[in-house]
Amino acid sequence: MNTGNFKPAIIYTIYIASTPERVWEALTSAEFSRKYFFGNAVDVDQRIGGAYVVRQADGALHISGVVIECDPPRKLSFTFNVNWPELIEKLGPTLVTYEIEAAGDAVKLTMTESHDRPLDEDILSGGRQGWPAILSSLKSLLETGEPLVVKMAPPQRMLAALKRMGIKTP
Amino acid sequence: MSKPEFVYVVYIHSTPAKIWDALQNPEMTKEFWGRRRNRSDWKIGSQWRHENYDDATEVAVIGTIVESDPPRRLVLTWTHPNDTAPDAVSRVSFDIEEYKGSARLTVTHTDLSPEMLRAISTGWPAVLSSLKTLLETGASLPMTRQNWKKAG
Repeated sequence: MNTGNFKPAIIYTIYIASTPERVWEALTSAEFSRKYFFGNAVDVDQRIGGAYVVRQADGALHISGVVIECDPPRKLSFTFNVNWPELIEKLGPTLVTYEIEAAGDAVKLTMTESHDRPLDEDILSGGRQGWPAILSSLKSLLETGEPLVVKMAPPQRMLAALKRMGIKTP
Repeated sequence: MSKPEFVYVVYIHSTPAKIWDALQNPEMTKEFWGRRRNRSDWKIGSQWRHENYDDATEVAVIGTIVESDPPRRLVLTWTHPNDTAPDAVSRVSFDIEEYKGSARLTVTHTDLSPEMLRAISTGWPAVLSSLKTLLETGASLPMTRQNWKKAG
């Protein structure tokens, strides 16, 4: 997939008192993700072309994509498409990149969400709401042993915008 | 074209009151905000100064208190001392909310010049990440305990 035409739409940086290896593990394993990512299980086949899959607690497929770049523990880039009909056709794929750098004794984690076309702020509002909650919870999990269970209300503004575009959401 | 703004949201396992205190208490800010203190009487219209904890003559940022509604909302203006350029004054809002058993801190920095946007885009994530670590673990991120010369 040619990712050259993707442009960053959301960038979130957070510093975590941990190691790059631990942060990588937390981002790529279900054991961790179930705790900080609203009960969802992340499964990554860590090679270019490998599958990136997120399943809900009940096992249902929620998000799927393909690994574009994989350089553990520094950089992981993958497509991240929510499993709703016509989403990719109407909005294009979503590209997520994690960059993990040592920063003193801590880790600087940068998440970049990119798209191949400009998207309305109503559509992007879901990610703007979700990413800080997910990554704040991951940070708490790695630093304190307990996730910050942020029970997030569904992103109504984004869901209403998807509905206007004819995309069916649960 | 409107001037750029920078918005940073972080969820912290703490209370709005503790977060409010951390932003104003010198013994806290020196730990997560580059060994600096915020000096003010915090009354609306008063000046605030972001200065070196060990040397009050070294002032990194100055401004005025625009809004203060403890522990929910604090709004300050933000300028480098001696910067008289027309675009030198920006504005920072701290919104602190209880959110489902934790707290959500939203920092909105508006009216930014390109230079200040660059500086604070690096600064806020580090400072606010360290504030979260301090409140949740009792110790801040070590790299934010030291003075850095440039503000932001």
